[in-house]
Amino acid sequence: MRLLSTKATCNSHGQDSSYFLGWQEYEKNPYDEVHNPKGIIQMGLAENQLSFDLLESWLEKNPDVAGFKRDGKSIFRELGLFQDYHGLPSFKKALVDFMAEIRGNKVTFDPNHIVLTAGATSANETLMFCLAEQGEAFLLPTPYYPGFDRDLKWRTGAEIVPIQCRSSNNFQITEPALREAYEEARKRNLRVKGVLVTNPSNPLGTTMSRSELNLLVDFIKEKNNMHLISDEIYSGTVFSSPGFVSVMEILKERNDVADEVWDRVHVVYSLSKDLGLPGFRVGAIYSENDTVVAAATKMSSFGLVSSQTQYLLSAMLGDKKFRRNYTAENQRRLKRRHRMLVSGLQKAGISCLESNAGLFCWVDMRHLLHSNTFEAEMELWKKIVYKVGLNISPGSSCHCTEPGWFRVCFANMSEDTLGLAMKRFKAFVAESTCTQRTSPLFSNKRKSLTKWVFRLSSRDHHREQEER
Amino acid sequence: MGLMAVDQTHLLSKMATGDGHGEASSYFDGWKAYDKNPFHPTQNPNGVIQMGLAENQLTSDLVEDWILNNPQASICTPEGINDFRDIANFQDYHGLPEFRNAVAKFMSRTRGNRVKFDPDRIVMSGGATGAHEVTAFCLADPGDAFLVPIPYYPGFDRDLRWRTGAQLVPVMCDSSNNFKLTRQALEDAYEKAKRDNIRVKGLLITNPSNPLGTIMDRNTLRTVVSFINEKRIHLVCDEIYAATVFGHQNFISIAEILEEDTDLECDRNLVHIVYSLSKDMGFPGFRVGIIYSYNDAVVNCARKMSSFGLVSTQTQYLLASMLSDDEFVERFLAESANRLAQRYRVFTGELMNVGIKCLQSNAGLFVWMDLRHLLKTPTLESEMELWRVIIHEVKINVSPGSSFHCTEPGWFRVCYANMEDMAVQIALQRIRTFVLQNKEVMVANKKQCWQSSLRLSLRKSRRFEEISMSPHSPIPQSPLVKATI
Repeated sequence: MRLLSTKATCNSHGQDSSYFLGWQEYEKNPYDEVHNPKGIIQMGLAENQLSFDLLESWLEKNPDVAGFKRDGKSIFRELGLFQDYHGLPSFKKALVDFMAEIRGNKVTFDPNHIVLTAGATSANETLMFCLAEQGEAFLLPTPYYPGFDRDLKWRTGAEIVPIQCRSSNNFQITEPALREAYEEARKRNLRVKGVLVTNPSNPLGTTMSRSELNLLVDFIKEKNNMHLISDEIYSGTVFSSPGFVSVMEILKERNDVADEVWDRVHVVYSLSKDLGLPGFRVGAIYSENDTVVAAATKMSSFGLVSSQTQYLLSAMLGDKKFRRNYTAENQRRLKRRHRMLVSGLQKAGISCLESNAGLFCWVDMRHLLHSNTFEAEMELWKKIVYKVGLNISPGSSCHCTEPGWFRVCFANMSEDTLGLAMKRFKAFVAESTCTQRTSPLFSNKRKSLTKWVFRLSSRDHHREQEER
Repeated sequence: MGLMAVDQTHLLSKMATGDGHGEASSYFDGWKAYDKNPFHPTQNPNGVIQMGLAENQLTSDLVEDWILNNPQASICTPEGINDFRDIANFQDYHGLPEFRNAVAKFMSRTRGNRVKFDPDRIVMSGGATGAHEVTAFCLADPGDAFLVPIPYYPGFDRDLRWRTGAQLVPVMCDSSNNFKLTRQALEDAYEKAKRDNIRVKGLLITNPSNPLGTIMDRNTLRTVVSFINEKRIHLVCDEIYAATVFGHQNFISIAEILEEDTDLECDRNLVHIVYSLSKDMGFPGFRVGIIYSYNDAVVNCARKMSSFGLVSTQTQYLLASMLSDDEFVERFLAESANRLAQRYRVFTGELMNVGIKCLQSNAGLFVWMDLRHLLKTPTLESEMELWRVIIHEVKINVSPGSSFHCTEPGWFRVCYANMEDMAVQIALQRIRTFVLQNKEVMVANKKQCWQSSLRLSLRKSRRFEEISMSPHSPIPQSPLVKATI
């Protein structure tokens, strides 16, 4: 008899993906300005490290929270014992207020319809457990966050069927692509239970358009028993137009107040990206469907948010002034970083998908592939990780249909480090271009960074790119 | 919106619309009665007293003091804020190394430093609730079963079965031998499962026991180890109450059996410990669950699954500091044991005065109370009737034995560590009143009581832990037991 379960011995945890292998390489040789200046720079981790100082200064002004105190009185006992899966009411209230503000107060959320979970990881899995079973599938537009393979499928037994999106229309979801995915699922004998989108998108960094959102709502309305899950984890990272439109806003606009479709649309949120607090494990499911809320609440027993953390955040997010200042300043800083990355890459002759959100750019390196294949993409990726010393995420790990796209994060390092990364990119492209001139395939010889820099002047290289 | 025009049974999964969450159990009904009318010393003195919740509220002051005196343990204070960003940003599912080290040390201390735990085998989870579910996901496929001695904690029905699809097969234990687990009972359960075509993947024991409050002796643990080894099934030991042991009997962890009983053959790949700080330290709100496995593959898999229920790094950081404070931990464990012992003595002593006996125990946050003599008939219905009376008339929420799958009607789990002294007194007062009012019922069962009193008077020792609340001697080989069965 097999000793462990099938789940324990299979690969569905998805950790063999290149997405994670890159991290492992980074762990072995991490860049450090002083101790390891030639190490690998981590650009594969979508973290927001830009605004901690804002959180720290709030903490300095609010000492009560730290000592488990409220109005000077200790509430440690109360908090230590609080394990009610309904969550701390003051925290839920602060959270829904925050979520509403991110959406320009165009929608409001009822705290009784929020379920707190251990991060969005747990929120997405829990929703799957509630909405789908073995033999059923959710449609996801590609490219998508690699973690979904684990979160949505591993322990639930559900399947993912991709909605193929292409660069020809900036990877937007089209009706034919949606229908094709639906048919593909049927061919595979999978009952489709819904669509899951990430809006703003990971890895694209774009916000979904109104027409895309309406298309999706129309689609689920047309079919029986289908849901729409909108993972809005990056909703607070939108830094420029066209601005963020939540699926909840669309539902409200459609005036479908009495429509049962409200029972089939669910939002996932988390504080890991907007507030940069992934360590605190704060996720949430929002649904107007009472049965889903009831079931998900019970399931949250398997991953509740620490009451210590709920209390800290109830105070922080309950501070209206702080919330507003933080959101505005955070978005300003993200915009600046985004611009730095985009222009830095441009100087290396690399363009990005135009984006207005997220902690990363979707970078077009198709022109650096020696063939339009995923093997070539992997070869390029390995070069970038091992030789250039940048951990970026290959598009194939995000299930992208076109080789040559990479997700590059810009908010998880200092400005100086980002600057260095840009230099390395530039040098690498210069070297690659030169090598391409002299041999059809990229050389595998190890060359030091200094040699590349001196080989070609940057101006020569730039002209070359323009000629393509 | 709550529009129920849509048929939710096809819209949602069976898991969402079914009863697998186990909340329909009577275990939770009592809580609901309490929630509607909760006791408060001044605001609601006639409310229901909660004695159905196994919480440890006796030592919050010690932890509170430590926190106030150690501002550096918080990332929110001026003393700790330099660590804020690194900690808030840290989401590695291996956990903070200092946290794992501190937990390993704490686990060792609560076992009298008789065994060492390897920090690299420590995996976090969303409380013991999360730990049990993850362990089941790692060890069992849907349809596979775990043997569980009855009576057992009702939450297992949800934790081990709901989303995993695993099953639980009861191992019969009864009062004839103080609910001790026997080899025969294990074999019987295993064989029955085989006959029913159920594949058994493991045995789950809780030691110290919930709801019994008893600890397993060395022989029983050895029996368990040789049983699982022979059958090649896993052993999951829930040691969540490890540090709630008081009195003179020492708690023996399964880890000690593995380390010390080298004559006993055991494949360590089959042994896993579930732990938590919710009971020992009394802060269930912080959601600190631990899986400790001797099986590398299980550690790896459980670690990946821990993504679904990691411990907040804010909490990891605080506890890394607290549990590394050797002086505090020593003092805490000693004081905690004292307070639990004291509470136990007061509570069971008063119960005995009105003729109510409890299974003799020296651990946990509750007693296993014997109210069989108050049942109209030895049936489940009578137990439920008595229970409703206790909740609605005596106004105490206790947990009926049937909610723990006990097959003998009349046993109730009563928690005593989750309230102030005054509430204990009021609860005892209400019980006293109730018992006196029910004298008639007691007279009818007088013969049984008289026999119990006789056995009690024969015992010479007056040390509290030896005061037998049960009609049965705690020592199975005692001639007293043989004479009365």
